[in-house]
Amino acid sequence: MNDEVRMKKLLKQAVRPVDVRAEPARDLWPAVLRRIDQDTGTDASVQSGWLWLDGALLAGLVVLGVSFPTTIPLLLYYL
Amino acid sequence: MSNGARVLVSVPGVDSDCVLFQQGDVDAFESLFRLHQRAVYSWILRIVRNPSAAEELVVESFWRIYRARATFDAARDFAPWARRIATRVALDWLRAQRPETELNEETMATLSASEKTNPGVAAEIRQKTAEAFARLPYKLRAAAVLAVVEEQSHKEVAEALGISVAAVKLRVFRAVRLLRKDLERHGIKP
Repeated sequence: MNDEVRMKKLLKQAVRPVDVRAEPARDLWPAVLRRIDQDTGTDASVQSGWLWLDGALLAGLVVLGVSFPTTIPLLLYYL
Repeated sequence: MSNGARVLVSVPGVDSDCVLFQQGDVDAFESLFRLHQRAVYSWILRIVRNPSAAEELVVESFWRIYRARATFDAARDFAPWARRIATRVALDWLRAQRPETELNEETMATLSASEKTNPGVAAEIRQKTAEAFARLPYKLRAAAVLAVVEEQSHKEVAEALGISVAAVKLRVFRAVRLLRKDLERHGIKP
């Protein structure tokens, strides 16, 4: 028996056997569904977070412009 | 969860669930999940050798499958495509595992139990081999476990890993060679 064949035989004996005909011990579909829902929720919150931030910045600029009209040319300069 | 009305164009030889899944229909996705989860679980288990981890990785795989639905070609078979994604998930898990934590108590208990089924090989050599195997690079480990331990065809392993048959043979060869060197370094002449 050559080295490679012997090593392969040893490897087969050493690696833990698993029952590949076994099924998962629990119904995994609810977990998959939860994961998809979480993902959708995360996407939505990230998107709404950006919208909220954009709105707040815009509102701040409007308030600044109304309160201190002289800052408008300065803001326009930096835009 | 519903994604509204979907248009199903019936094409001969094309699974309607696959078409609906590609359009984001969760009910069709559940049908595909029920049909393929066992095969995906079994394949992942072959790679990671840990039933509880395999369950978590099935969830991760089907989540990735759902996210990648737009890239799925409904005219092709769902199973090999799902298997490729599951293989990537299993490889990611292998990569994240530290070799010293892989031989946990559960694994060691299984090794002890396997003494009964394989009395011809000394327990110590088997244990050292298992430890050396856990130290192999994860890509080599996956190829070796599928091709050598699970005796899957090189073609099947190549398709799942997304590499050529020649590359699978090379990985198995390198795995066996590294394993032998590692064992010799630890004073074991296989």
